[in-house]
Amino acid sequence: MRYLAHRLGFFVLTLWAAVTVNFLIPRLMPGDPATALLARFHGRVNPSAIAAMQVAFGVDTHEGLWSQYVDYLHNTVTGNFGTSLTYFPLSVGSQIAQALPWTIGLIGVATVLAFVVGTLGGTIAGWKRGGRVDSIVPPVFVVTSALPYFWVGMMLILVFSVWTNGALPNDGAYDLDLTPSLSLPFIGSVLQHALLPAATILITSIGGWILTMRNNMVTVLAEDYVRMGRAKGLSDRRIMYRYAARNALLPNLAGFAMSLGFVVAGAILVEYVFNYPGLGYMLLNSVNNLDYPLMQALFLMITVAVLVAVLICDFLTAWLDPRARSAR
Amino acid sequence: MSATILAGATGTTELPQRSRRRPGSGLWAAVRGNRKATVGALLLLVFVVFAAVPQLFTPVDDPNAHQFELMLPPSSEHLLGTTAFGQDIWAQLVYGTRESLVIALVVGGLATVLSVLVGVSAAYLGGAADSLLSAVTDVFLVVPTFPLIIVIAAYAGQGGLPVIIAVLVATGWSYGARQLRAQALSLRNRDFLESARVRGERRSYIIVREVLPTMTSLILATFLGSAVYAVLTAAGLQFIGLGDESGLSWGTMLHWAQSNSALYTGQPLWVVAPGLCVALLGASFALLNYAFDEISNPALRPVRRPRAKRARS
Repeated sequence: MRYLAHRLGFFVLTLWAAVTVNFLIPRLMPGDPATALLARFHGRVNPSAIAAMQVAFGVDTHEGLWSQYVDYLHNTVTGNFGTSLTYFPLSVGSQIAQALPWTIGLIGVATVLAFVVGTLGGTIAGWKRGGRVDSIVPPVFVVTSALPYFWVGMMLILVFSVWTNGALPNDGAYDLDLTPSLSLPFIGSVLQHALLPAATILITSIGGWILTMRNNMVTVLAEDYVRMGRAKGLSDRRIMYRYAARNALLPNLAGFAMSLGFVVAGAILVEYVFNYPGLGYMLLNSVNNLDYPLMQALFLMITVAVLVAVLICDFLTAWLDPRARSAR
Repeated sequence: MSATILAGATGTTELPQRSRRRPGSGLWAAVRGNRKATVGALLLLVFVVFAAVPQLFTPVDDPNAHQFELMLPPSSEHLLGTTAFGQDIWAQLVYGTRESLVIALVVGGLATVLSVLVGVSAAYLGGAADSLLSAVTDVFLVVPTFPLIIVIAAYAGQGGLPVIIAVLVATGWSYGARQLRAQALSLRNRDFLESARVRGERRSYIIVREVLPTMTSLILATFLGSAVYAVLTAAGLQFIGLGDESGLSWGTMLHWAQSNSALYTGQPLWVVAPGLCVALLGASFALLNYAFDEISNPALRPVRRPRAKRARS
């Protein structure tokens, strides 16, 4: 349990660091963009929104930095991110609530799927080392893992949407003629729209998992306990999954947690290419519209999402690895 | 687990000691002997030549000038056609190589230096300094840097090349630092370092002449990994318009192609060509990286390929 306490501590520390960076960025930037922005929006936005923005950007010079920081922390913890400037009367929180399900549904599912399929593929490639699968897998996936996400998305659009006269949709999350509901046509439309962006994420991120898992398997298969399992006459399946893969998975999980930042970067661009109404698309839009409150809240949300995913990886590690569970 | 780490570290000592006697020759032979490395090195060579002497490959002097007819199809005069602004796509591609390559090499180099400084000193100093440096590394590793870059860029306005390089270095060093720390930790109590200490060598001598050469292959891997990261991330930043929009680079080409809906107006080459170059440059670094992994552990290659990543204890 010391392990989990340790990781929880890291979670809190990182979250605090991200929140603080978010607090400092507008204050450290030259030219004071926030004041200019407030002047632009004065009169158009109600006074309480102005007050929240003053706290967020530190334009309110009556207060010292420290009490600004305390106010800011309080607003952040209570989820008061202020009013969005682009979608004016709506709060930032409601905008994010709208985008979040799309991102989790598309990016979350595709990323986890890539990890699971890639890990399985790597397990097989590593198990039958030198076999047919193994001779193709490494060079192919070394190349795919170096492809730019957004470009793969554009190529898929070109081949499956432009060249086929729109066989697959390339824009948005569902057919805008349909009203969102739990009806069959709507769900079908959502799945159809998710196909190309999900394929983009799968193609570009699966290679890394296959390669590291394969290399981990190769290492683990040389261990004595695998030979011991063979000597005991255990079935190949049991050795492959329960003995080798379980141990080879541990560094892959750690790698998953560490590469999430890279995945997020790719996902933002994929959402942008496909006009997919998730957090990343909204982030780029808010940058274009200089919607600072929305932008900062989105950065925090994305960070929290990544940190929660890392924490889940830590819990999985603790569950899989008795060494991590016992005192370190 | 620690046993395999030590075994891996032993394997990695082979290459640097050989290449110290005949600098480069062992490396060259190794590259030629490994097909992935050969392909990667050849690709890289082509791009280096493009970047060094672009004028040899195209008669166009100023690829950004709007000087030709708009949206021409490929022809002998314009190999890849022209853009919606009347620029020659092939010429832009050739001249754009320089910026991508410079970003890759400079970011790769600087990020590696930072990784070595942080990672090796964390492992070597130990104690509170190690805890602090490791915590900082982990925070940098986990906080999603790309959205952070976007937010910073939104406040700072558009950045030129130096801004992009600085941001990529600041966000790209942590992965390598973590791996290097793990390997340096596994080296710390090895006999050859002990004997150097007993000989009374200075700390700086031990780190520079004993520890670092042993880690050459991992340092090289860190460099190549950071270069891939730099190529892809810089292209992404330029693609969404956060680079220098009037500059000449593959990412900027993609940015203008996307804002002119090149895919839907029958100009797929405007998108395909620069993206393919980004992919090929990234792939050349990635292939070299993977191949060096194999080359640097000759004894271990057929059986096990330990990665410092495993040393997450």
